[in-house]
Amino acid sequence: MQEILNTQQFQQVKEVQEVHSPWLDLWRRFRKNKLAVVGLGIISFFVIVAIIAPLLAPEGINEQKLADRLQSPSADHWLGTDDFGRDILSRILYGTRISLWIGTFSVLGSIIVGSILGIVAGYYGRWVDTIISRLFDILLAFPSILLAIAIVTILGPSLSNALIAIAIINIPSFGRLIRSKVLSVKQEEYIMAAKSIGMGDFRILFHHVLPNSMAPVIVQGTLAIATSILEAAALGFLGLGAEAPNPEWGKMLSDSRQFITQAPWTMVSPGIAIMLVVIGFNLLGDGLRDALDPRMKH
Amino acid sequence: MSDTLLEVKNLRKHFPIKGGIIGKQVGAVKAVDGVSFLIKKGETLGLVGESGCGKSTTGRLLMRLLEPTEGQIYFEDQEITNLSRKEMKSLRREMQMIFQDPFASLNPRHTVERILSEPLIVQGMGRAEDRKQKVREMLEVVGLSSYHAKRYPHQFSGGQRQRIGIARALMTRPKLIVADEPVSALDVSIQSQVLNLLQELQKEFDLTYLFIAHDLGVVRHISDRVGVMYLGHLVELTESERLYEQPLHPYTKALLSAVPIADPKAARNEQEILTGDIPSPSNPPKGCPFHTRCPKAMDICQSQSPDFQEVEPAHYVACHLYHDGKLHV
Repeated sequence: MQEILNTQQFQQVKEVQEVHSPWLDLWRRFRKNKLAVVGLGIISFFVIVAIIAPLLAPEGINEQKLADRLQSPSADHWLGTDDFGRDILSRILYGTRISLWIGTFSVLGSIIVGSILGIVAGYYGRWVDTIISRLFDILLAFPSILLAIAIVTILGPSLSNALIAIAIINIPSFGRLIRSKVLSVKQEEYIMAAKSIGMGDFRILFHHVLPNSMAPVIVQGTLAIATSILEAAALGFLGLGAEAPNPEWGKMLSDSRQFITQAPWTMVSPGIAIMLVVIGFNLLGDGLRDALDPRMKH
Repeated sequence: MSDTLLEVKNLRKHFPIKGGIIGKQVGAVKAVDGVSFLIKKGETLGLVGESGCGKSTTGRLLMRLLEPTEGQIYFEDQEITNLSRKEMKSLRREMQMIFQDPFASLNPRHTVERILSEPLIVQGMGRAEDRKQKVREMLEVVGLSSYHAKRYPHQFSGGQRQRIGIARALMTRPKLIVADEPVSALDVSIQSQVLNLLQELQKEFDLTYLFIAHDLGVVRHISDRVGVMYLGHLVELTESERLYEQPLHPYTKALLSAVPIADPKAARNEQEILTGDIPSPSNPPKGCPFHTRCPKAMDICQSQSPDFQEVEPAHYVACHLYHDGKLHV
């Protein structure tokens, strides 16, 4: 008997210490996935590079040394120089800022707009849902890059317009995701319980429905940053994104296209940079999905 | 002042079935179809029936979580059927609900503290420190400890979670609790603990229960009076003991004879096994809803719906067999 009492007391003490929030649980599960941690490492690396780019870059992004044009990688220029004699490493370091900025903010924009539309559609249903869902269908009917090109053409080619275009084309996928999640969450008994105490729609939506609908959005958002960066690069490549001196990776690719036989390093380096960032976000997104999936919770 | 806390008159809820391209109404699921009863202050009214008979819908209608198609609900002699959302809100502190699934009825992202203080916040009751204090007190009342307040629902067992659900319902000190199958998702050993807790709380807080369940044994244990529902209708309503000793409606008889008896030697007299399935509530039979499965069906049952009448004192039955308290043959 004494023994039983002791173990009970011991368990109680142990239980008191084990106060963990859902976020801490998430991190514990995430940490077990090696590839996801690698992805997080890659992203962290690029984020740090973006922040301290001015400290790392050996030269300014527009320092032209025409005498040194199209130099192959060397001790002076680790990644070589481009057709204006600019140091490619410096340009890639600064380009990290542009790509991460575009990726993050375009996705944030589409998450915010998509969430609001998706929540309204899912929670209120009926004709509101019909109108918003058909709007999403219309946007999804176009191949996304074509739609982005069309939007940029209307707004005029610039980096910020490319960002807006990418944000717009991603709205329907987030909107649908949130809508379907809201449809299932609003059937939960804790929503019924909230209604039974007389809680208003606003509080129900933002305290109960939204927090419980965000898991797939976090995953999708991480993956979408990768595609946004690719899309921004594609727009840059087509001359619809960043303007001339900006060291945007896609733009760098297209500018050096004509030198691919003479100076392949001018294309290889921005290409590898794009690839690494995209892989990083994809690994991170996959890891988050596994960690957030309730079926993996054991 | 009367001793009636809640009265329901001819309550109906029909869910429309929409079809076709333009989504016009092609039919209706008659989930609750003309139910009348009253609950006295301090008593426990049990509501039993097979799944799909409309007992949970009835509970939700009382809470105005669903809008009734027809009928009136009176709470303390005040009709609440047409109250606006705002008027209803202040009344909600008087009536609360306990839900069936303790794993779905608590928001997984909120701590117990937040779950329990939310009713007070929504109802604008108490200041922040008072609420904290009340949450801790209530946790002790339902048999948990105050240090549990910082935890999340997934850290509790089913029985503990149901205690949290009960605590949440009690936070605003309501008069009426609608308990929608509060123990059917729990292990049998936990069920009795929770039932005892509900009975203790009833004494302590002067509560009135509408206890919805499909387990006849559980209902008998806790209820003062029991109503039996079949296909959206109340078919029999009387005191708990009388219903179990002397059921009158053929459906009640069949239900009770299906209750397993723990003693293998006990003689089973007149066991009635129903054949067939419950008819679809979207296309209920004409006349008495039970006539398709009733062993004692008569011609009149197919054409006329029986009235819900008092055949002996405080014993209501809806069946053509009984007329003025006598077996009508």
